[in-house]
Amino acid sequence: MDELKWLLVDFFQAMAAGLLVGGTYGLMCVGLGIIFGVMRVVNFAHGDFMMLGMYAAFYLVTGFGTLAFLGPYVAPIVGALLAGPIVFVIGWLLHKYLISQVTGARVMSAEAEGHYAQIILTLGIALVLANGGLILFGSTPVSVQTPLSRESWEIGLIFFNQARAIGFIIAILCAIGLYLFLTRTNLGKALRAAADNPIAAAYVGIDVDRSHRIAFGLGVGITAVAGGLIAISQSFQPYIGFDFVIVMYAGVVLGGMGSILGAFWGGLTIGLVQQMSTLVLPYQLQNTAIFVVFLIIVFFRPQGMFGRVWERT
Amino acid sequence: MKRQSLLQQYAAIAIFAVAFLAVGFAVRNSYYQLMMTLVLIWATMGLGWNMLSGYSGLISFGHAAFFGLGAYTVTIAFVKFGITPWIGVPLGTIVGMIAGVLIGIPTFRLRGHYFALAMLAYPLAMLYVFEWLGYQEVSLPMKRENPAAYMQFNDQRAYMVITMVVVVICMIISLHVERSRFGRSLLAIKQNLPAAEAAGINAARWRMYAMMLSAAMAAAAGGIYAVILLVVTPLTVFGALTSAQALIVTLFGGVGTFWGPIIGSAILIPLAETLHAELGHILPGIQGVVYGVAIIVIILVAPDGIYWKVRDRIMARRTLPPLPEPTPAVETASIAADTPRPAFGAPILELDDVSRAFGGLKAVEGVTLSVPEGTIYGIIGPNGAGKTTLFNVLNGFLTADRGTMRFAGQEIGKLKPHEVCARGVGRTFQVVRSFPRMTVLENVVIGAFVGSKTDDEAERLAMEALARVGMADHQAHMLAGGLTTRQLRLMELARALAPKPRLLLLDETLAGLGQNELDDVLPVIRRVNREGVTIVIIEHTMHAMVRLADHFSVLDHGRLIASGAPADVTRNPAVIEAYLGKKWMDRAKDQVA
Repeated sequence: MDELKWLLVDFFQAMAAGLLVGGTYGLMCVGLGIIFGVMRVVNFAHGDFMMLGMYAAFYLVTGFGTLAFLGPYVAPIVGALLAGPIVFVIGWLLHKYLISQVTGARVMSAEAEGHYAQIILTLGIALVLANGGLILFGSTPVSVQTPLSRESWEIGLIFFNQARAIGFIIAILCAIGLYLFLTRTNLGKALRAAADNPIAAAYVGIDVDRSHRIAFGLGVGITAVAGGLIAISQSFQPYIGFDFVIVMYAGVVLGGMGSILGAFWGGLTIGLVQQMSTLVLPYQLQNTAIFVVFLIIVFFRPQGMFGRVWERT
Repeated sequence: MKRQSLLQQYAAIAIFAVAFLAVGFAVRNSYYQLMMTLVLIWATMGLGWNMLSGYSGLISFGHAAFFGLGAYTVTIAFVKFGITPWIGVPLGTIVGMIAGVLIGIPTFRLRGHYFALAMLAYPLAMLYVFEWLGYQEVSLPMKRENPAAYMQFNDQRAYMVITMVVVVICMIISLHVERSRFGRSLLAIKQNLPAAEAAGINAARWRMYAMMLSAAMAAAAGGIYAVILLVVTPLTVFGALTSAQALIVTLFGGVGTFWGPIIGSAILIPLAETLHAELGHILPGIQGVVYGVAIIVIILVAPDGIYWKVRDRIMARRTLPPLPEPTPAVETASIAADTPRPAFGAPILELDDVSRAFGGLKAVEGVTLSVPEGTIYGIIGPNGAGKTTLFNVLNGFLTADRGTMRFAGQEIGKLKPHEVCARGVGRTFQVVRSFPRMTVLENVVIGAFVGSKTDDEAERLAMEALARVGMADHQAHMLAGGLTTRQLRLMELARALAPKPRLLLLDETLAGLGQNELDDVLPVIRRVNREGVTIVIIEHTMHAMVRLADHFSVLDHGRLIASGAPADVTRNPAVIEAYLGKKWMDRAKDQVA
């Protein structure tokens, strides 16, 4: 009986960990989902924007001690939230001067050719950010120091790491805030309209390039917040973006490419898969489990859980 | 002319190889020699990437999978089984090729983004698996006795020669692929997949061949990489940077030509290596930044790469300004207009209760019709009536949910588009689907492949088809991207005619044509019909159709609501009042009278 009990405890422990990690993954995926949904652009640099968010939070909290006055519990959270606007501006500028050259109204008709350029351009940005990060930040892994990451709440026999739990709560709050923004404000509605049908949105007078610029900034900014939250409980280095790109795409595809809120559930599921795979698979293979799930989704249900098929001949 | 330039290309490859090796042998510094060998390795890798992604347009972010498998095959064969790399490298190439097939079978079902993303996942999954298997860092042992038998040399130049042999083989393979129907089919697939399939190209087969060659080249590059660097780690061979590097050298140098990877590699690898050696200790990521900046600049300035940019410059200087718009070739068209028509034969196309729904929308519902051989059969209906869906079901883009379709007595409901085409059913598209970067003749040759054994025969068929639509003059050598609507319609018609089909499906061929253009296109369609080709044409307006069709069927909300002789259908009060509107009643009366 005891054995069964511990098996169940292990199971629920992994599930709890998956849920907590999944919350931040979900937020991260929402950021990517907005960009893909609105712009139909596969942003390869997305993981690297998350990395920028991590370092932004890191330097805000520890580097210059700007937020030190807030104390070791509040500072990391404020740092993560502030990473959002910082990366928003970076994304906004990169879109204005680089990405808009190969996306938006001017390439809406040239479908296949357009994709080509977009994927390559964002790959180039990814390389510059990751390696530029290496030059600027160095290769030594760092993390946002806080006592939270060493403390846990215990509910029954299950431990909830405080850093992750708080990250989870903030992520959920951000996602809800975003949901309200998308459903209640005119700008949010315009973005959703552009996501649903970019061409029709252009016809009814939505400025596509402006929506794209905001969507891109917003998308990378939200992911940066998620990155800042992860930075509390995990160490990172400038190359971390590559590891997360697949995680994020798995989530977005699972939720249904183009469905912004579906992306949240997709990310949450990926977090669960990643943590629960450790029950049956060796620790090193937890990312392989994600890739396998990703491939399975892509093959059997490419439209995802919430997506639709909109292909036309 | 084609043969001659093939010889020229061979000569160019030979000159390149000799010149490169001459420089390599002149250089005394073994570090520079190693760098030159690396240039060749990444050129091979780029050639592999170009074979799939450059020619067929499916972007792969996962060529590190093949590179890594090649490298690990060589390493494990050597370390565990004592197999010399002389056998290990070819073995790795075969392993890579098999992996290409295994990855290709499921992954080719995906399009666009999904293909690129799925390809990204393979090498990363392999990376973790190899780490888990305990192959974090494997080195090839040094052989003191008889090192040459184990591909170990003191002289860097030996490696350079071996790698050069591999590069030259890959270049020659690429050259022949480019020149053959293989390469042209891939190019057609890249430029317009539905058009290629409707023109009889078996996209799945050509893509798989491209994947096999591509994976083999990447694996060969990986195998030699292991031999030269002597140490293999999962991150260096399966890492995302390895996949990216294949794509970067190719895009930088020129995509879709085998010179591209060579040029790109020859510029970028020394640049990145030198910067890394000079500045790597202060700026550790300088290599990656260089690659990143290189592709950002290239995609904004010369999206197809240096080769094409330079070539376009040279060509622009050489060629004369484009010829003025030619007068339409009416003489050929007018001859046939008065030829007597053959009598209508037995039904060549029979549909029975064909239905197709998209979710709740019944796009085509219970359509039953029979087209006698030799007729011009018009199907009209407003936008959204299900006309194009019906054609898509007919030519195999979509499968019917219900019902049977017989062409010349044989069931065609289960066939793929290229198979339907091979049976003798050609089609055109509502929005002309051309291969914009090919000439008119090349466009039509793509269509002719399905009806011909050799490439020469295909070209002959294509010229014949162009003659039938009156474009067998200098128009044949114009780029499809620069044609007028009328020329595009005629070219598409010629492409569908090239394999000598028995039935043509014309999807709104007359839409968007002015009165004068109609006067050019209508006689061509009539003449093609008089030569024995049955034609089914769909339109949403009547005015041109009443001048053309022998038989009208009216489609509305997926159902046939009227069918018969044009005069009867246009007078059918139900059709006019409920559907075409009063305006058409007067117009149609005028036209018929």
